[in-house]
Amino acid sequence: MLRLYGQELRSRLLLGTARYPSPAALEDAVRSSATEIVTVSLRRETAGGRQGGAFFELIRSLGVHVLPNTAGCHSVSEAVLTAKMAREVFGTNWIKLEVIGHHDTLQPDVFGLVEAARILCAEGFEVFPYTTDDLVVGERLVEAGCKVLMPWCAPIGSAMGPQNIPALRAMRAEFADMPLIVDAGIGRPSHATTVMELGFDAVLLNTAVAGAAKPALMAAAFAGAIDAGRDAFKAGMLEPRDFAVPSTPVIGKAVFA
Amino acid sequence: MKLTVNGEDHDLAVATLAELLAALDFEGDWLATAVNGELVHRADRSTHSLNDRDRIEILSPMKGG
Repeated sequence: MLRLYGQELRSRLLLGTARYPSPAALEDAVRSSATEIVTVSLRRETAGGRQGGAFFELIRSLGVHVLPNTAGCHSVSEAVLTAKMAREVFGTNWIKLEVIGHHDTLQPDVFGLVEAARILCAEGFEVFPYTTDDLVVGERLVEAGCKVLMPWCAPIGSAMGPQNIPALRAMRAEFADMPLIVDAGIGRPSHATTVMELGFDAVLLNTAVAGAAKPALMAAAFAGAIDAGRDAFKAGMLEPRDFAVPSTPVIGKAVFA
Repeated sequence: MKLTVNGEDHDLAVATLAELLAALDFEGDWLATAVNGELVHRADRSTHSLNDRDRIEILSPMKGG
């Protein structure tokens, strides 16, 4: 079982709710993935509250945990206020904390991230920080009170998959007892398997499912891939070597010449 | 009174945040409100007085990743 801020979960897939072709496609993907956590955002309401209300009802009907985010926030004050407003709406202390530092890569502003995490943890939030794979930043986030870290493996929405496996491996080793969730950059189920094989605890993704030709089928594919990677990690994998090793025993081999 | 609501200018005769929401036809317990960069809790909207040039944000749940 995965445990995040005291909440026990069977699924190791966290799913975003954006960019689906329809609300029905989102609902189908959530159900076929068996995810127990979906991420949502807050935006300016333009239709007197009714547009957000319809989405809110859909999310509530799914019966999953809601992880609100501060997506699009570029400053500490913006992220902190958005988190407080999200707590007001969703009635949860969970917050996926994003403080974006670069327009093109959507790389986290790790300095602002640590500052915002410190403020929010002190106010009782349970922070899921979207961060880089930098060990020192991870340590600062832990000092700030975070009990989960969510390093990217590639830029948001890029579908590039893990770009720096040694760095992810180092994070796993450094934060041995901390739940680590790869957030952002996953494009294919095999990418999710790879990070799970490294010992990561879960994967958060959105576009790879929402942008697939058949989102529900892709969601199921990711669920299977994540379980396969997890099982492989637990089973213990062989290390690669430079030369062949015969898999069939040589002793008892017939001699024909 | 001149107010900026979600980035748009309005000229409204309202005294409180609750009155503003009613005047602009906002309804629902899923809305979050902030005035001048500070959260105003749902329970405090009816007593939160507005002042000329206040900046109000009204947010609601939306898709996200």
